[in-house]
Amino acid sequence: MSDLLNGVSNANSPVIDINRLSLTFKTSDGDVHALSDIDLSVGQGDFISFIGPSGCGKTTLLRVIADLEQATAGDISVNGMSPEQARLSRAYGYVFQAAALYPWRTIAKNIALPLEIMGLNADVIRERVQRNLELVELKGFDKKFPWQLSGGMQQRASIARALAVEPDLLLMDEPFGALDEIVRDHLNEQLLKLWARTSKTVVFVTHSIPEAVFLSTRIVVMSPRPGRIHDIIDSNLPRERDLSIRETPEFLQLANRVRDGLRAGHSYDEVA
Amino acid sequence: MCLNFKGMDVKKSSIFPVSVVVLVIVIVWYASAVLMNLAWEKSVAERAGTSSSMTSMIQNTMDQDRPVLPAPHQVVEEVINTTFKKNINSKRSLIYHARITLSSSMLGFFLGTVLGIVLAVAIVYNQALNKSLMPWIIASQTIPILAIAPMIIVVLNAIGVQGLLPKAFISMYLSFFPIVVGMVKGLNSPDRSHQDLMRTYSASGVQTFFKLRLPTSLPFLFTSMKVAVAISLVGAIVAELPTGAVAGLGARLLAGSYYGQTIQIWSALVVASVLAASLVVLVGAIGSWINRRMGLQQNTSEMRAS
Repeated sequence: MSDLLNGVSNANSPVIDINRLSLTFKTSDGDVHALSDIDLSVGQGDFISFIGPSGCGKTTLLRVIADLEQATAGDISVNGMSPEQARLSRAYGYVFQAAALYPWRTIAKNIALPLEIMGLNADVIRERVQRNLELVELKGFDKKFPWQLSGGMQQRASIARALAVEPDLLLMDEPFGALDEIVRDHLNEQLLKLWARTSKTVVFVTHSIPEAVFLSTRIVVMSPRPGRIHDIIDSNLPRERDLSIRETPEFLQLANRVRDGLRAGHSYDEVA
Repeated sequence: MCLNFKGMDVKKSSIFPVSVVVLVIVIVWYASAVLMNLAWEKSVAERAGTSSSMTSMIQNTMDQDRPVLPAPHQVVEEVINTTFKKNINSKRSLIYHARITLSSSMLGFFLGTVLGIVLAVAIVYNQALNKSLMPWIIASQTIPILAIAPMIIVVLNAIGVQGLLPKAFISMYLSFFPIVVGMVKGLNSPDRSHQDLMRTYSASGVQTFFKLRLPTSLPFLFTSMKVAVAISLVGAIVAELPTGAVAGLGARLLAGSYYGQTIQIWSALVVASVLAASLVVLVGAIGSWINRRMGLQQNTSEMRAS
């Protein structure tokens, strides 16, 4: 089933290829199976969402892709390399749940941070900072410190920081989870435009069904204990979308499929 | 802007509690002076065979030459006499003595800060050093400084180190400790996500240190430096006590106690504490200025509040 779905992705060689991947944390309480038998392939230009209840391993899976955690079994390749090589070659940009801006740096200096580390020269840095500030509509805020910005603006700045590296792959861990719904809708729309314009591959972690359906070309429904993929749903929505698409029957149908998947993969008795 | 207003509010509302505390201290001080010095007045009256009234005896308790506890105005008078009214190079000037103590404590504070930072970096980056150094660092602070000060001076003297440096060493011995503790905590304090970010950029250890750990640790460093600067002054004073130093606030304290000059002791103490308080305020001001320059307004005001 999942092999068939993988074939649908619109690229020759996958950006991310995961085979029978497992991750077990050893704790004093015994082993925790954070991820179990994950098979997934992400093609160039895909917008993939991981959705599931907390504890389903969606963030862990993203961190494995980013080489922030290491799998205990199975294979994973990112851009045809091991995750570590991919990280060392700065193949991806990572956006955290909290904006994680450095409070002692201005917005411009925050966006410049990865570029300084890469050792780019000052002119290139200045140009990239300005371009990405405009991209996330934060032009004119370059000299502000993070605490002077709203939560939504901070998260936009952190997206600009991830984009400044100019990665083909963007890994986003519930980037809008802490924001209110109005801001979240707005940022979802902006993100989608950005994605359409730059043709990047995006892997997006969320626990919001509308967000997942609105953004994704494919939705990976995960379930907990052990963390595993319950279903992979291909979206038949057009790539160009705006918020009004959420009223269409296709959208609601997809949302229902995701909801059913979440329900089926998740025994609620277990939680209580 | 709004932070400024907040700052003003704090100042206004703190005038009352501060003056109440000062008033209580002065009252308690006067009362204690009367109680403690009364015995002497009584014995004077007894020996003279006269009986003076209680009121005149109480008045006299605040005007003795060598009181058990001098009254505040006597100390203030002595401080003024020995600071503003003396040539600052005179051996009777407290400013002269304070300057000598200050110079060794500042050198010690500087050495202690450098040593503390170096040790903290070593401890944070090396597990073996963490395990092997930390017990010694803690043990060093359990030894009474008064016991070890003369030995340090004797040992240093034997290898030809004299003058400012031995006293500065004792200041350093005391002041490096809060710096190590604060810096270790500060260097380990970056958020998990801030550290992960550096990893996703595949930043080198040096880059992570200068771009993340060091800036994160600075507020901790400034807080530690406030403690360290005060105890470096204590260190310098203590260093002057057992060594027969002829100049410095410590020497002044010692001379006062030899000759029972309690007013002299107390005025030296007052000058020492004013000096320490000024140093703490100065270091604090420099610290928050740097924090502000770094854009950490919010954080620093929170820290001040807590």
